[in-house]
Amino acid sequence: MLIGLDVGGTHTDAVLLDKTGLKRNVKVPTDSLDLFNTVLSGLNLLLEGIDPLTITRIVLSTTLTTNAVIQRQTKPVGIIVSSGPGIDPMHFRRGKYYFPVSGSIDHRGRERSPVDPREIVAISKILKEKGVKHVGVIGKFSPRNPFHELMIKDILARDFDKVFLGHHVSGNLNFPRRIATVLLNTSVYCIHRAFFNAVKRSLEQKGLRAPIQILKADGGTMSLEASMDFPGQTILSGPAASVMGTLAHAPALQDVLVLDIGGTTTDIAIMVDQAPLLEPVGIGRGPYKSLIRSLKTHSRGIGGDSHVRVDGNTLKIGPHRSGPAMAFGGSFPTPTDAMVVLGIMAAGSWEKALEGMTAIAEQLGTTPVKAAETIFKTCCAMIIKEGMKMVAHINSKPVYTVHEFLEGYQIKPVKILLLGGPAPFLAPEIQRQSGIETVAVPASNVANAIGAALARTTCEVSLYADTEQGIATAPEEDYSEPIPRGYTEDDLIETAYTLIHGKAIRSGSDPEDLEIEVIEFQKFNIVRKFSTQGRLFRAKLQVKPGLIKGYDDVYTSLNETFKDSFCETTGVKC
Amino acid sequence: MLKANRRTGLVFFPAYDWAIDPTHPEREERLLYTQDQVMEEGVFDINGIREYKPDMITCKEIQRVHFCVPDEAAITTESHLISAGGAKVIARAVMEKEIDCGFALIRPPGHHAMRVAHGGRGFCHINMESIMVEYLRQEYGVKKVAIVDTDCHHGDGTNDIYWHDPDTLFISLHQDGRTLYPGTGFTHDLGGPNAKGSCLNIPLPPGTATEGYLYMINNTVLPILNEFKPDMIINSAGQDNHYTDPLTNMKFSAQGYAELTRLLKPDIAVLEGGYAIEDALPYVNLGIILALADMDFSGVVEPDYNPENLRQEPHVTRTIKQTSDVINRYWKQRGELREKAGPHGEIQQRNREIFYDTDGILERQKEKIRICRDCAGALEIDSQASTGNHVLCVHIPLNACKSCRETGYDMFERANMRRFSRAYLQDRPRDTYTIK
Repeated sequence: MLIGLDVGGTHTDAVLLDKTGLKRNVKVPTDSLDLFNTVLSGLNLLLEGIDPLTITRIVLSTTLTTNAVIQRQTKPVGIIVSSGPGIDPMHFRRGKYYFPVSGSIDHRGRERSPVDPREIVAISKILKEKGVKHVGVIGKFSPRNPFHELMIKDILARDFDKVFLGHHVSGNLNFPRRIATVLLNTSVYCIHRAFFNAVKRSLEQKGLRAPIQILKADGGTMSLEASMDFPGQTILSGPAASVMGTLAHAPALQDVLVLDIGGTTTDIAIMVDQAPLLEPVGIGRGPYKSLIRSLKTHSRGIGGDSHVRVDGNTLKIGPHRSGPAMAFGGSFPTPTDAMVVLGIMAAGSWEKALEGMTAIAEQLGTTPVKAAETIFKTCCAMIIKEGMKMVAHINSKPVYTVHEFLEGYQIKPVKILLLGGPAPFLAPEIQRQSGIETVAVPASNVANAIGAALARTTCEVSLYADTEQGIATAPEEDYSEPIPRGYTEDDLIETAYTLIHGKAIRSGSDPEDLEIEVIEFQKFNIVRKFSTQGRLFRAKLQVKPGLIKGYDDVYTSLNETFKDSFCETTGVKC
Repeated sequence: MLKANRRTGLVFFPAYDWAIDPTHPEREERLLYTQDQVMEEGVFDINGIREYKPDMITCKEIQRVHFCVPDEAAITTESHLISAGGAKVIARAVMEKEIDCGFALIRPPGHHAMRVAHGGRGFCHINMESIMVEYLRQEYGVKKVAIVDTDCHHGDGTNDIYWHDPDTLFISLHQDGRTLYPGTGFTHDLGGPNAKGSCLNIPLPPGTATEGYLYMINNTVLPILNEFKPDMIINSAGQDNHYTDPLTNMKFSAQGYAELTRLLKPDIAVLEGGYAIEDALPYVNLGIILALADMDFSGVVEPDYNPENLRQEPHVTRTIKQTSDVINRYWKQRGELREKAGPHGEIQQRNREIFYDTDGILERQKEKIRICRDCAGALEIDSQASTGNHVLCVHIPLNACKSCRETGYDMFERANMRRFSRAYLQDRPRDTYTIK
């Protein structure tokens, strides 16, 4: 049996599944100040009376990293950056101990000026005096040549617990994001290690021997051991869990819009042929831009509990939540109240909800029921609009070749999958307004935990070959091998395939679940003085985010189980 | 968080799958290292810098500028349409006030493409800047435009297209034509009779360094721009003045380019040539982007930059000062020169030969312009190319007066179709293009 657990902002969901379907699901309140007990109490409840030896896989999705950053629980770390020409690295300064140093590597990975070891020794001394235990080292263009980062690490290694290097986080080029990503990994490392080691010990004490997997922002998992090098990748795994939970409901070969409608926000994601779209560079919300592989999700301030008011003569919904719906004891009207008044949702206090609608109706000069209808329809329209805006945004993404421009794939959703509390109540109206088949995902309250339980282990490898310099490198893997002049495209893909296969298995992947694909490939001639001096190849491969094999029946049984409750909601007239 | 002080739009269209041929300087990876540098610097994450997707221009948009012989499809590829479309997208974003300024990093380039186009010249087939300028005029009513071409090669295509247009101030700074392709662009080439002084050609001696460029910008280009008061400044931002460029002999640096951009403050910059793709372009383009965005660019220095090697010889400095004085004088006399060019209503003719190096075509032109004090003048070009095509092209300018319109229609109607394989009429006021 498998366990999936997803820590959310207010609740933590956990499920127990086997190949025939959902066996058990529990919900416990999240205590953001004590996530360890939150996780444990969820697991304890879930495992009551279950033989621990029947558990073969445990996947956890937590808000640990996110909380640590928001609550500023992280300890100061040292950051050393070597940049060379370009934008002044002081603009990317983060944290107290930030040291730009000499040394420069160019875009081809050639050393243009050396690192000064004395400078590093001096910084090392300062950091030790300040009691810093963990250091991050980031070089500009280090994915092209990690030599400087490795050299700095050699000098530091004896004096610090753990040194994090920029070229390990991603093959993507983006120096400021590389700095931010290494800083995140370095800063949350302590908290992450303490937390997961404690979880592991507790589970072992209960007799659970199954490997623990941790959900990442890209909707894939990694082993607990692998997570120690990249703890930052667990940030914002929550939205990823939900999207993975809907994946089995998406039709093959077609585009789907996923809307996770919560109380405060709606999270929007897109799936193409049963695979979620990823951020091209890395997660980037507001000022936090990183190289962390992540699903592309937009979060918008519209949900069941959005604050509804009249401003002048116009109805305003959201983007903020001012407490729960009036039907559930809140003091401001919300879309949920509208649904209660309209009888779409049979819960909470109808009288209280009507009170809210009456207040709005008076300002709009209409009846409470008419006001409720307007609110309900406007709310659906806003959600559709935000979803379509994200589709348009992705379709306007720049491309870099004539071929891509002409072939330019345009996303066109043929189905909308809804998640979250209000999902079943909104589905018919969203379908009516958008003209797109809209389905509330069955068991949508635990879809996130199911998504976590069934998510595949994922990873990515970038490989570059430069036949002029006679070298192939996969910086994230610290792989570097000489290559002959006649090195070909096929050689490159073969090497990259071997590397990603090894990496995936090390991260805890089942060989059966390795769906590997080439996501980027470029080749160029290197020309000097009008003759070809060599070739440049660049490839990026990934294990495609998806669900592990053998659990299709889980969804079939979910569809069966929830069919009845489904008919009830879709039968409601709006 | 890093912030752009001017909102800057970028179109990046490196056309990684288009080349003239595999070892040609105008080949696939020309912008590869620039893209690497721009990505690595995190430029697209800077608050206020926005990346746009290029559009594709239409045939009609080409027909506002060019006479493509025999037609548009024959001399363009999709790459050209997307490249010009990149410039157009930036222009639209500036006009819609989404951005304050923008830079179209596009290829293939266009500034050697002339009004009549039988094929490729100097790696160019259609003129990106001119197509963009006519788009701006058509869609947004922009009138006065200044194009400052800082590519090391004379922008002879743009020069040709705006030769007769007094509303377009075209200034080209380039390596002296006696020492570099295309061998034109001398100080006395000042534009046609209706537009004398609105084409200013500034040849610079080989060995011109940053100080020489900036001298010319400060002492000639900026004062002239101040007087001309354009609605819009376009920079044809070629990057082959760089000290490492394999095709030219100048000593310009990334810092110099950035400073030039800061001084010029173009509304739109469009990439032209520049073939030191590893050692110059990544730094030059980064410098230009930061300067456009009004950000600090002091750290953008080539790894092998050594000011000692980039000193300007005293005789070069002297030549530059003399050229600057000559141009300033011509500019002051422009009214007089137009008066002297000939009497109102007279048809003036010039004959010339144009060589298309890229496609190996020789073209002979007989050009007739109606001297006019009221507009840019009706224009007729009798063009015969070694491809066997012999065509007649008639251009009626956007601001055409009644007489010039009538003259234009007359020229077109009189075209003897036994002599010409085709005759074209470009009626800019009506925005039509007729072929017979």
